[in-house]
Amino acid sequence: MVYLTRKAEFSASHYYHNPDFTPEENRRVFGKCNNPNGHGHNYTLEVTVKGEVDPRSGFVVDLKQLKEIMHREVLDAMDHRFLNKEVPEFLHQIPTTENIAVAIWQRLVTKLENARLHRVRVYETPDLFVDFYGEA
Amino acid sequence: MKAHLSRRYLFSASHRLHSEAMSEQENQSTYGKCNNPFGHGHNYTVEVTVSGPVDRKTGMVCNLVDLDGFIEREVLARYGHENLNVLPEFAQEVPTTENLCIQIYEIVQRGFPYAHLERVRLEETMMNSFEYAGKAV
Repeated sequence: MVYLTRKAEFSASHYYHNPDFTPEENRRVFGKCNNPNGHGHNYTLEVTVKGEVDPRSGFVVDLKQLKEIMHREVLDAMDHRFLNKEVPEFLHQIPTTENIAVAIWQRLVTKLENARLHRVRVYETPDLFVDFYGEA
Repeated sequence: MKAHLSRRYLFSASHRLHSEAMSEQENQSTYGKCNNPFGHGHNYTVEVTVSGPVDRKTGMVCNLVDLDGFIEREVLARYGHENLNVLPEFAQEVPTTENLCIQIYEIVQRGFPYAHLERVRLEETMMNSFEYAGKAV
């Protein structure tokens, strides 16, 4: 089994707000992330796939294809967007880094051919990141 | 949905690697320039990984305010700008980055109630780092 990781970057804005919370609760739980005008990050996405090395090509996965899938499924939808208002998953779900990692996993997992998705890592900043392994 | 969340923190501290169980010469040959009796320092980066279900109400594994506050109080305030050799946990133990990593793991494991601790990774320099994920691993 060989693991292959591809990185990509996207920039987006978001804010944290739960409509079931009172305004006071929203401010207490989410702090400055609750500002309704939003704020932004440069996210780094790392997608790790696993599989056997194909004896003919020497590849675990066709990198060009992986790059295209990441662009089509993730970057086209999230790059330079306001996540709360423009990405369907986050119309009714808070776009925390945790939920972004889960959403990206769900967008990618059925689209990969030959290789299996192992991990989605999303860096919100260089000092904060979330890993999702598809665990229930 | 179970996710892993990692956060990195910086602190600076000094240490000297020296074992009372070894002769002067053994200490020299084992620890090299880290055995300098005056000590030396590092900018450490500690990376803490916690895991748990993503809370439906908050979208979070745990609130970063809680994690940051805990690490600030229990780890950074304890080790930042200190000479590790004079701290009680290193009275009998050499303050290698391995041992410091285990100490930090134990502090978080014992005291942080809001998520499961997966591992602690401690970078001594950009070129070397150590990981500890508890006794069973």
